[in-house]
Amino acid sequence: MITIKELDKHYGALHALKSVEVDIAPGRITAVLGPNGAGKTTLIKSVLGLVKPDSGTITVDGTEVNGDSDYRRKIGYMPQIARYPENLTLQEIVDMIKDIRGYSGISGTSKHFSGDLDMELWDRFDLDTEKDKPFRTLSGGNRQKVSAVLAFLFRPKVLFLDEPSTGLDPVSSSILKDKILAEKKRGTTIILTSHIMSEVQELADQVVYLLEGRIYFELSVSDLLADTGQQTLERAIARKIGQNGAVASRNGMTQGHRPADGQNKPVHDHYAEREQTFVTEGGTS
Amino acid sequence: MIAKILKYQLRDVMRSKWIIAYALFFLGLTDILFRFGGDGVRVATSMMNVVLIVIPLASIILGAFYLYNTREYIEMLLCHPVKRHQLFWGMFLGLGLPLVLAFTGGVMVPFIYHGAGPEAWTAAGMLAFTGSMLTVIFVGIAYYLALRFDDRIKGLGLALVICLFFTVIYDGIILLVIYMFANYPLEKPVLALSLFNPIDLGRILLLLQFDISALMGLTGAVFRDFFGTVLGMAIALGSLLLWLFVPVYGGFRRFLYKDF
Repeated sequence: MITIKELDKHYGALHALKSVEVDIAPGRITAVLGPNGAGKTTLIKSVLGLVKPDSGTITVDGTEVNGDSDYRRKIGYMPQIARYPENLTLQEIVDMIKDIRGYSGISGTSKHFSGDLDMELWDRFDLDTEKDKPFRTLSGGNRQKVSAVLAFLFRPKVLFLDEPSTGLDPVSSSILKDKILAEKKRGTTIILTSHIMSEVQELADQVVYLLEGRIYFELSVSDLLADTGQQTLERAIARKIGQNGAVASRNGMTQGHRPADGQNKPVHDHYAEREQTFVTEGGTS
Repeated sequence: MIAKILKYQLRDVMRSKWIIAYALFFLGLTDILFRFGGDGVRVATSMMNVVLIVIPLASIILGAFYLYNTREYIEMLLCHPVKRHQLFWGMFLGLGLPLVLAFTGGVMVPFIYHGAGPEAWTAAGMLAFTGSMLTVIFVGIAYYLALRFDDRIKGLGLALVICLFFTVIYDGIILLVIYMFANYPLEKPVLALSLFNPIDLGRILLLLQFDISALMGLTGAVFRDFFGTVLGMAIALGSLLLWLFVPVYGGFRRFLYKDF
């Protein structure tokens, strides 16, 4: 569904993406993971067309991303932090996005929407009661709900969810997760980022792990768990990085040379520290 | 598409408190000046000095603030099938238009209910036109700065400095040049210097119209002597248009190729 070839991006002196190659299969949920600054956001923003890569190609559902905006009809995006015009009401924000997407003819409350638009989340989040409030008065959770509604509204072929459950209460978060899984059943390709590893384990089929601008590994969740012999994804990733990381930094990121005692050896390089922070991040959020 | 974006932008901006306060400020001041002075031409002349200082400052600060605040919103819109050039003009007009309307509305309304003569109307029209030009020019500069610098402290700081430079420091530099080179014929260099300051250009344009030599200052007087009223106005207007084009185009290019 999404094919990325030799994607390179510099921000000044910072080499954010180093010849990244990914092929994201259709109809599955792929989690893009990695520590802060690994290039997750840059990668996703490149696909969305927000960041212009230095070189390489991105193809979304057969269309090459080259500055034309039309391919984004196929994409739904739920940003991590949503900001809409402060003085517009919730209803107006939804109307605006519909207008921009060319659905302006279809108006009224959720019950009157045609089958083209997916208002399930609007109804389940009970946003009808909030629809006349200006955006600036909405709570963080409600802002996040609006983003979720807008991402799913047009039944996109590809969905990008950036930390989708941030700020949501458990009930809403679980409604959203149900919706994500239902969309997957419909054949939607979903790309997810999250710091909550239990959430990733619950939802994702595939993990793409980025480290310092490179794809560090790309594995299915079940393979990752089996490979490392761990019960949870959080532990499995930590183990995976621990295995390869200590070696990788010594061998200049070449994978595969695992020393026999690599698993038990106390490592003091920065990959191991990364692993530590990663584990705590996953554990506390 | 630009119209669609603009529609919601206008709805948003027109409901904000600061734009209402901005309109009321001009309305109140014009009204008070009418009650004190009475004569429409005089009111327009007094308002000129306010306009030349307040508009650049307000436009550049509001412009920079606005663009920094809508950053996430712009990113969100760019994930929909919206072309970047459409979004830029939507955002630019979405702020420029309300500011222009608030200012012209605020200044013009007292002219209506205080009943001004035709001469006063020309003066008020000229004031509204120059003020509107300065509004879009400084919103353009603000947009350029906000797109050039991701750090909002830097962007806003620079916006303030640029505004101060054109309103205060620039005149100081010209005075210093005149003082230091008092023994040389300076008309032409000073003339050239005044073209590089949009606020000076606005002042010259207004004063040539009002024909008040006493208020004209050195650059204005030289300007009229050199070009005459009509040519002088044409040149001032042309330079102002150039001032409009350059920053807006710069911001536009940045917007097209920017990494959000």
